[in-house]
Formats: sequence, structure tokens, C-alpha cells
Amino acid sequence: MPDSLPAKEQLLDVHIWRGSGEKGHYQTFQVPMQESQTILDVVSYIQQYIDPGLTYRFACRVGMCGSCAMMVNGVPRWTCRTHVKKITDRMNPGDGLTISPLRNLPVIKDLVVDMDLFFDKWVRAEAAHHPTRTAADAIQPVDEQTAERQAANAAIECINCAVCYAACDVVASNPDYLGPAALNRAWSLVNDVRDGGREAILEAVSGTGGCHNCHSQQSCQKYCPNELNPTASIAGLKRESAKYAMRSLLSLAGSGKKGEKA
Amino acid sequence: MISARLYILQRATALIMAPLVIGHIAVMIYAVQNGLSAAEILGRTQGSFFWLAFYGLFAVSVAIHAAIGLRAILHEWAGLKGAVLTAICWAIAVGLGGLGLQAVYSVTG
Repeated sequence: MPDSLPAKEQLLDVHIWRGSGEKGHYQTFQVPMQESQTILDVVSYIQQYIDPGLTYRFACRVGMCGSCAMMVNGVPRWTCRTHVKKITDRMNPGDGLTISPLRNLPVIKDLVVDMDLFFDKWVRAEAAHHPTRTAADAIQPVDEQTAERQAANAAIECINCAVCYAACDVVASNPDYLGPAALNRAWSLVNDVRDGGREAILEAVSGTGGCHNCHSQQSCQKYCPNELNPTASIAGLKRESAKYAMRSLLSLAGSGKKGEKA
Repeated sequence: MISARLYILQRATALIMAPLVIGHIAVMIYAVQNGLSAAEILGRTQGSFFWLAFYGLFAVSVAIHAAIGLRAILHEWAGLKGAVLTAICWAIAVGLGGLGLQAVYSVTG
């Protein structure tokens, strides 16, 4: 065959979840394969050229915003940073790509999940900054060399994409569980010298849905696209909250004894 | 389902059980190797406060440890929660503790 003839266009079967809430089905599309094509490119192609009604979420396209996470062949991934070839190389010949909404979150429509529950849990975990100074005060110095700061830095690059939350089997079987992302953020704040909410955080992560429910299966750190280790953060929270609970018990016992003497 | 208090209790009972299990296995090997009969073993354990405390502590630790572990499993696998879950776990703890302490009393009483 002469080199000048264009190569035959290779088509990829793509099975996409369509539906709202718990009801839905997979719909199959055929998408032309291209060089350096990402999963987000595939979804965008379908929306732009085949079915404008396909609903999905994305923003930056470069792995900065955390908006485009979906399940790709059953694995949670940033679709903008996942090359189709990386996935198809691992598939049997003839198998299609399967793209579905993130696991463990309610589906709004097609590939879009409702993130409210995910961020509500950040609030429940007290994983929001507790300021100790006002704008009028001098900036708090931060010593980068301390073990606490290094622990905070190790956990701080989370962009809230919910990949770890979708990967977590404990979240799947215990819906009250706060999940790896909220607990990872809580751990970075516990170690942040600028945060004044240490006790509030340790109490918030010690309840029935707290860090002690983690079975250390480590799916969160296996699938985190930023290579963070929420399992290690949760282990740190378990240690610190257990120490805090023991101290609280001992101080209660101590105050009880003082009360008896009085 | 597992709060900090239950977590600490489960870890503390594990810490208690670990040396007791090693002690129990060592005693079993000693008894078998030396060919002690059941009557000879009971002769050593009956009326012994040491063996009562040793196995009594073990039975109580097992009851607490297992009930907390099963609490997580019953919630995650069977979907139980609230008062039903707590009642079942208490029943498991009391049942295991009762059976264990009855056995301890049988060999040390």
C-alpha cells in the first residue's frame, strides 16, 4: 500500500453511563482514536460531535482543578491526565472503554456527581482553617524544618478531586465515614502552626464516622493522582486523637479525684 | 461506627491478649511435651488465683475485642446501625465473656 494513502481510521468503542440518580444504563459510542488522546478528549468528542446532551464536568484540562475525575474501566482517574493508550494497552483486543461517574457519590446526570456530600464531610471533620490572627497582626512565622510542618506539607497538595473518596471501600460500606480527603486535610491542619483548631479537629475526627473506621486498605494512596498518602495522614490522626482521648480521660479522672477531696 | 473510645479499647485489649496468647501456647506445649494428664493439669489450675486471673483477663479481653471488631463488620457488611447494632454487640460481648468466664471457672474454681 502506498505511503501517501491515509491510514484507515481506527475506532474505539466507548461505553458511557447515561442517566440520573440511581437509574441509568451504558450507551456505546464509536470515537476515532488519535495520537496523545486523553479520556477527557474522548468524552468531549462525544459531546461535541455525537450527542450534545452528554453531561460531564471539567475545567482546567491540565490536572490542576480536580473537576474531571470519573471511573475509567472501574478505576477512579483524572480523565484529563489519563491517556487512552495507557488504558487500551491493558485491555483485551476488542474490549471497549467504560466510563462512569465517580463511585460513592450520588449521580446528578450522566458523568456528573453531586459533590455536596464530599465537601459536607470536610466541614464535619473541621477540615477548614481556624485562624489564630487577624489581618492586622504580623504574619505567623513558619519553620519549614519541623516534623509537624513536613507532615503538613506532605498532605497539603490535595486538589479535592474525590478520586480517593471514590476508591475507598470503607466509604462504600459505611456512608457516615468522613473519607480520606477530609481526614487528609484535617491532618495537614493539625500539623499547621497557623491553625488554632487542633482540639476541635481531633474531637471531630474521633466520632462514629471518624478516622478510626479506616481499615488501612490504602486504595486512597494507590489511586491518588497527586501521589499523596491519605492512609498515612489517617494513621497520624488515629495516633493523635487516641492520645488526646486518653489525656481527656485522665484529666477527667484527675478532676473527679480533686472533687472527691474537696 | 468505631469511635476513638472503642478504638482505644480494642487496641488495649489486643495489647493485653498478645502476651497471654504466647503464655497460653507455651503452657500447652509444656503440658503436651511433659505428658501431663487432664487430672494433673486440673490439679495445678484448680484453686489457683494466678490461672484464674490469667485466663479470666483473657476471656474478658476477647469478649471486648471481638465485639468491637464484629461491630464494624456488622455495620459494613450487614448494614446494621443504631440501637440494634449496639444491642447485638453487647449481646456478643456478654455471651463471649459469659462462656469464657464459665470455662475459666471450670478449670480454676
